[in-house]
Amino acid sequence: MYTVSLSPETDLHIVAADDTQRNAVFEAKVADDQFIEPKDWMPDAYRKTLIRQISQHAHSEIVGMLPEGNWLTRAPSLRRKAILLAKIQDECGHGLYLYSAAETLGISRDDMTEALHQGRAKYSTIFNYPTLTWADMGAIGWLVDGAAILNQVPLQRTSYGPYARAMVRICKEESFHQRQGYESMMVLAQGTEGQRRMAQDALNRWWWPSLMMFGPPDDQSPNSAQSMRWRIKRDSNDALRQKFVDVTVPQAQALGLTIPDPDLKWNETRNAYDYGAIDWAEFHAVVRGEGPVAKERLAARIDAWESNAWVRDAALAHEAKRSQRKAA
Amino acid sequence: MTNALPLWEVFVRAKNGLAHKHVGSVHAADPRMALEAARDVYTRRMEGVSLWVLPSASIIASDPGESPSLFDPAEDKIYRHPTFYIVPDNIKHI
Repeated sequence: MYTVSLSPETDLHIVAADDTQRNAVFEAKVADDQFIEPKDWMPDAYRKTLIRQISQHAHSEIVGMLPEGNWLTRAPSLRRKAILLAKIQDECGHGLYLYSAAETLGISRDDMTEALHQGRAKYSTIFNYPTLTWADMGAIGWLVDGAAILNQVPLQRTSYGPYARAMVRICKEESFHQRQGYESMMVLAQGTEGQRRMAQDALNRWWWPSLMMFGPPDDQSPNSAQSMRWRIKRDSNDALRQKFVDVTVPQAQALGLTIPDPDLKWNETRNAYDYGAIDWAEFHAVVRGEGPVAKERLAARIDAWESNAWVRDAALAHEAKRSQRKAA
Repeated sequence: MTNALPLWEVFVRAKNGLAHKHVGSVHAADPRMALEAARDVYTRRMEGVSLWVLPSASIIASDPGESPSLFDPAEDKIYRHPTFYIVPDNIKHI
């Protein structure tokens, strides 16, 4: 799963005067495509931008377990259930790799969790849509994880070493997510009329939110230029979105399903698909927390954190007693 | 949020014959919980046959600021490499 950096950044260009020399070394390293590691000097704004982006990415993985967990007990077969369970475990693992990467920047996982629960941190808008039918499990794997892969592959070369290494692991695992989703859609699309309708309905509902996953258009994405210069981000939002449309349309055609966009057509001169206008008002509303199930998602996270607090406390108390006994 | 679970570094041996390699970290209250978390987080796809975990706080790392004094002296000691020495082509097995 994936999220783009959604918060305004006003502190990007502030570099203290005495850091000019170290900043020059840093900029040269990044421009030369070298990795920055945790103990290396880095500008505060780079650190803050990374913490924001990596933690949003981690939160997305964790919140992303909720829409799929919704169908775990109602999977249509044991095979599908085992697959879905494995995928959800992967999302959890991805969240943990990313929290670890962010922690190397000097923030604790608990601080990040608190920021999410207090509404100070964002996660991908895609998870604020409900999963209404079983076909949504297929559509999420195919489209949402498909979009995530396109976003994440270039991040394997992102300039911050721990983030890049986490992305290598995540990308290796993500491909299974997309393929199982497509296979699940294929079964439905080739099934009964009712199953085919269910698959089409899922595509209809997930198509536009998936396109929004790539973030605002390039001309409305003011921080992109700095993030690209720092090699935190490697491709523009619109370029990745176009790539997603171009690879996904033939996959939908192979399923015999219709992309819900009347303006979608092949453009011979651009050698790419033209697609219709995205409803950015909806996107910004979901970013503001007005998504259909935004409150439910956050409430579920807070509940999981709070109702399991006694387990963490008990584990720590047990260890305190154990080490005391050992010392005695 | 005062009671944070401590951080542990995780090392995995991919197969016998290879060294344990650092793969990431986990939070856990005690060594056993750390091992179990490491198993769940880092070996879901047969990535390893053995795990090490150790408290992150116990790692002592070199300071990047001292890198020049630590590592640069090796740069002008190329006579430590076999290619520094010229041996005629007709001399074999050396």
